[in-house]
Amino acid sequence: MSGTFVGMPAFPEAARAALGDTQLRHNLAHATGVIRAKRSRLVTEVEESMPESGGWEALRLAGAGVKDRALRDLETQLVLLEERLTAAGATVHWARDAAEANAIVVAVAQRHQATEVVKVKSMVTQEIGLNEALEAEGIDAWETDLAEIIVQLGDDLPSHILVPAIHRNRAEIREIFLREMGKVGKPAPEGLTDEPAVLAGAAREHLREKFLRAKVAVSGANFAIAETGTLVVVESEGNGRMCLTLPEVLVSVVGIEKVVPTWAELDPLLRLLPRSSTGERMNPYTSTWSGVTPGDGPQEVHVVLLDNGRTRALADDVGRQALRCIRCSACLNVCPVYERTGGHAYGSVYPGPIGAILNPLLKGTGDPQTDSLPYASSLCGACFEACPVRIDIPEVLVHLRSKVVDGHRDDTVPKAEAVAFKGAAYALGDSRRLAWAERASGLAGRVMTRFGRTSLPGGRAAAGRVPGPGVGKWTSARDLPAPPAESFRAWWKRTDGGRR
Amino acid sequence: MRVALMVTCVNDAMFPETGKAVVTLLRRLGVDVEFPTAQTCCAQPMVNTGYLDEAVPVVRTFVDAFAGYDAIVTPSGSCAGSARHQHGIVARRSGDAALERAVAETSPRTYELTEFLVDVLGVTDVGAYFPHRVTYHPTCHSLRMLGVGDRPRQLLEQVRGLRLTELPAAEECCGFGGTFAVKNADTSIAMGADKARHVRDTGAEVLVAGDNSCLMHIGGVLSRQRSGVRVMHLAEILAATEDAAVTA
Ligand code: SF4
Repeated sequence: MSGTFVGMPAFPEAARAALGDTQLRHNLAHATGVIRAKRSRLVTEVEESMPESGGWEALRLAGAGVKDRALRDLETQLVLLEERLTAAGATVHWARDAAEANAIVVAVAQRHQATEVVKVKSMVTQEIGLNEALEAEGIDAWETDLAEIIVQLGDDLPSHILVPAIHRNRAEIREIFLREMGKVGKPAPEGLTDEPAVLAGAAREHLREKFLRAKVAVSGANFAIAETGTLVVVESEGNGRMCLTLPEVLVSVVGIEKVVPTWAELDPLLRLLPRSSTGERMNPYTSTWSGVTPGDGPQEVHVVLLDNGRTRALADDVGRQALRCIRCSACLNVCPVYERTGGHAYGSVYPGPIGAILNPLLKGTGDPQTDSLPYASSLCGACFEACPVRIDIPEVLVHLRSKVVDGHRDDTVPKAEAVAFKGAAYALGDSRRLAWAERASGLAGRVMTRFGRTSLPGGRAAAGRVPGPGVGKWTSARDLPAPPAESFRAWWKRTDGGRR
Repeated sequence: MRVALMVTCVNDAMFPETGKAVVTLLRRLGVDVEFPTAQTCCAQPMVNTGYLDEAVPVVRTFVDAFAGYDAIVTPSGSCAGSARHQHGIVARRSGDAALERAVAETSPRTYELTEFLVDVLGVTDVGAYFPHRVTYHPTCHSLRMLGVGDRPRQLLEQVRGLRLTELPAAEECCGFGGTFAVKNADTSIAMGADKARHVRDTGAEVLVAGDNSCLMHIGGVLSRQRSGVRVMHLAEILAATEDAAVTA
């Protein structure tokens, strides 16, 4: 169960398929619109309630500062975290990549003869493909976030960081519950409606027996506090808390960038996160734990500290700011590209603007799917404006584009685009060469207008549908004004800047 | 004050009327604007597509062409943003210290047209007359990269005869995005179609913005839809008066 992103096509192709799905576009536009409005209300509230301390911008700077301090000093912080966790009775493991992390979790489950595990906050386990690794060993993994259950039961892929099933509407969710729940546990109740509360109730009933039965739980973490060796999970439904406290064994897989040096520094992050993600002032549930407490909660606690490309991202001086990300999903909700294509087109558990930079940073450039992601943006900057930890996503996108281009500089057969840009650089390096190119385009304009027989409002001649790769893609749904007979430069010269 | 017009490569080759409108407007306001003919492009097409090495000669041409001016004015939020925020990146990559110094000289003196009018000249009433129903699209780079804020509105509100109507979801990207419009044509068109729908909903005769590239995209969609809505650069509206239409 649960699909995989492996083998996804590059963004433009995946996006084209998604754009044809009107139901998807409708669901997304509606859902992101609602969250966007809630978020902006709460940001304004901070603006108004704390003007003397600099408002939202000051809070953003504080949040970014905390994460930057932790990242600058990452090794020390991680060693301290390990030390404190170990002292509190947890077993700390280090995993370089997905395979190592999966092997650690599988080994723990097998040692306890577990045939199933319950999971919460599992984005990082999606990143490493843990469910598939467990399945290969005959161990079922059950998601317990409501949205994750919908994705898992629907044999689907997550399409949003916070609301993985954002692409589904209520009626679709009801269908999935009715059809699938019975196959894997307690069936959906008779007379199930598509009321959100009723659907959530059905999921709760379905999960309860799994919580009570499972011996092993797997979680992620939102933050890991080094000074006390404390893991933090924030959530909305409380299912996570069940997951973190009921089973005998708890394994938490934590990306190394999640470390926060001190409790005090958690403060701005806990204020930024819920406002930016769910549009709430505070998370309904904030769970923290540190190792083992005899007689209370899991009696065996493992923490897997995962690299999986994070040190690679850290080594990128422009890109490392992406590791500040607190996975709030604000950038997705304001992204006009995401709103139209949905999350699957990004081919990763991390979609949207942050996915477009995080995936190439973690995996490295060089693969066609990954290399298409930095281009999956119009660079409108809405993501940067929304990001609570001030990640300059457009800056990183442009930087990663240059890495993609540089990766092809030694190609024996250069791409048409590279040839075109070399030509443009030549023409634009000197105004006389540019003037020559403009005269040529003026001539081409006269040819081009013959294709379209159309004119723009205001009377200017335009080209309609024109064949050919570049212009053809432009004119597939847009008219293109024909180049004017005389460029500005030529006009200036002819008339001495209009004085003649 | 020596003022240079940076017309931009797109305006030079495709929209010369916009350049002429800036000249008309600035002269009317008493500015003797010059056109350094050695100028070419701001290098943004290269930078934004990832061709940083190719951007180096273009940035070099830019700083050479505009050396010594007190202000460099451009009718493009996007190109002003490029000069202010990207030239430094290109210069650093080139490893040429002299280029870095030259960029540090020209970048802060580069102004988008409305910034120059409101902040440097201190005018909002430029004496324009344009008796039409107009809606304004704040382009992403002028809005977020430069932060021109409500300067374009301040200017439009003073234009006699002009009726300004509110554009729904005005701050959402139109989907142009330079090479994005071709590399991700389907997504770009979907965004452009939504923008065009919002424009039509206003009932305006004219859509105005401070970047001809975005207008070329939105206008292209509007034209294909046979909407009858015309797109115009803000400079052309500000240059229009009762006596003289824009010198075209
Ligand atoms: S990049 Fe910023 S806005 Fe996007 S998910 Fe991460 S923290 Fe949130």
